[in-house]
Amino acid sequence: MISFKHVSKSYTGTEKAVNDVNFEVEKGEIVIFLGPSGCGKTTLLRMVNRLETISEGSVLINGEDIGNLNEIELRRNIGYVIQSNGLFPNMDIEENVTIVPDLLGWDKKKKHNRYKELMQLIGLDPMEYRKRFPNELSGGQQQRIGVIRALAADPPVMLMDEPFGALDPLIREKIQDEFLQIQREVKKTILFVSHDIDEAIKMADKIVLMRDGEIMQYGTPSDILIHPKNEYVSQFIGRDRAIKHLSLRTIAQLQEEIGLVEIDQSIVDSKQVNIHENLKDTLAMLLNQEADQVIVHDDNDEVQGAITIDRVQRYLHLEMRQKPSQTVEKEKVME
Amino acid sequence: MEMSGRLMLITAHFVIEKGGTKMNEYLEYLRINASYIWGLTVQHIELVGIAIIIAIIIGVSIGIYLTTNEDLAETVLAAASVLLTIPSIALFGIMIPFFSLINQGIGFVPALVALVLYSQLPIIRNTYSAIKNVNPAVIDAANGIGMKRSQRLVRVEIPNALPVIMAGIRTAVVLNIGIGVIAAFIGAGGLGTLIVQGITRTDMYSIVTGSIVVSLLAIIADMILLFIQKRLTPKGIAN
Repeated sequence: MISFKHVSKSYTGTEKAVNDVNFEVEKGEIVIFLGPSGCGKTTLLRMVNRLETISEGSVLINGEDIGNLNEIELRRNIGYVIQSNGLFPNMDIEENVTIVPDLLGWDKKKKHNRYKELMQLIGLDPMEYRKRFPNELSGGQQQRIGVIRALAADPPVMLMDEPFGALDPLIREKIQDEFLQIQREVKKTILFVSHDIDEAIKMADKIVLMRDGEIMQYGTPSDILIHPKNEYVSQFIGRDRAIKHLSLRTIAQLQEEIGLVEIDQSIVDSKQVNIHENLKDTLAMLLNQEADQVIVHDDNDEVQGAITIDRVQRYLHLEMRQKPSQTVEKEKVME
Repeated sequence: MEMSGRLMLITAHFVIEKGGTKMNEYLEYLRINASYIWGLTVQHIELVGIAIIIAIIIGVSIGIYLTTNEDLAETVLAAASVLLTIPSIALFGIMIPFFSLINQGIGFVPALVALVLYSQLPIIRNTYSAIKNVNPAVIDAANGIGMKRSQRLVRVEIPNALPVIMAGIRTAVVLNIGIGVIAAFIGAGGLGTLIVQGITRTDMYSIVTGSIVVSLLAIIADMILLFIQKRLTPKGIAN
């Protein structure tokens, strides 16, 4: 869908902000550009809609070199979300949301219908907010409006530059979940800049980990956590990479791999957990309540067995010992 | 003028109670000269009004253009500043030989040109800095969603810069109403006539009347423009 071919960016005289970047993004994937400030991730993102010029190499969308396309047309066909939402303060919410359809010359009725559709997507009442202005909305609401504005003309590709970076952790988590929900419906190809490893693990299908304008590693979150390619990558993802990795796995996967344990009837006050809960949160539950087991039930509320700290540990060891290729294979099967 | 005249009558009334004969004289002066004063006021409004319209067209355009040309911006803003430091009476004087070439040495045309020149600094500077100061994230978003330069200007930059541009225009109007007084010296008429005549004839009533009407005109114009500014400011940026 999107290919980066020997892409470099140099500002006059200084060293390269982006240096010979090569990778491919599949249709419908969320690819997160991850790295510290100044690693070139935002520059790389902004090259895709030509807000930054490309010094060397090329970016192709569906096989077509973006350098050959009309810049204005190109941008209207790519959704763009930025950290400080960038809503137009002089326009009301409806005008903001439908600005791209408006630039594309949609008629009034079509624009209004699209507006209502999009507002419903993020659970805001279209009529209530219609005539309101951005400064009357909370930060979280503004950011969600920013997201649906980018979706308005239904572009196949979205660029998101730390879209949730300015929100407080609680709201951020909520909007991330909401966004993943939306993505399951709309299946856009998304390039996403972040400096937050947890956000990347949670949201990404693939992560591009960058340093000084170069790609350190490109792979699935699981791949990067289990098999960091070099010292820099393992440092960046942190010592708790094993624990982080647990957030990518559910109890169901553990059950499939090594099975659950019998419920120990002598423990009276055991907590219940759904089988699709991720293992990191499950482990946290086990540690918090200082119990030896949590009872697992499935979507039909049927008890499947119990899970213990030992079980989680055993599964983790197994996972961490896997070969890279295997992990990638498994990942594909799961999808 | 109707209004200001009545206002003066009311204030005068209280003074008369205390038995000032001077005030009676002044009221008599106003009564006799009412239509003359009104005529000069209209002349003054015409001069300033036309000057401001021309100044807005030129100044706002230059201000917008300068946002695309940083190097030129400094030079032009400096030049406009220098222009404002020239004493008005000198500027009017300088105009005379140039406009004599087209037989317009004194009167309405040179006065108009001088006022247009004086208005440039507040209008250009405010337009330029207002557009420059539009939130960069908003500009980035406008570019990122595929607005053309002109669309960005009309739909984003100007609406968001409008309150500051209008403030510049208000400054220019008030400035021009004051400087317009000097235009009387080169025969352009207006309320300055009352003051110039008053000085030459040591006629206190004439000087006072001219000054008061000019002040009232400035205050009223500023109020009207403030009202327009508030109406034009998009709701989302009005606090």
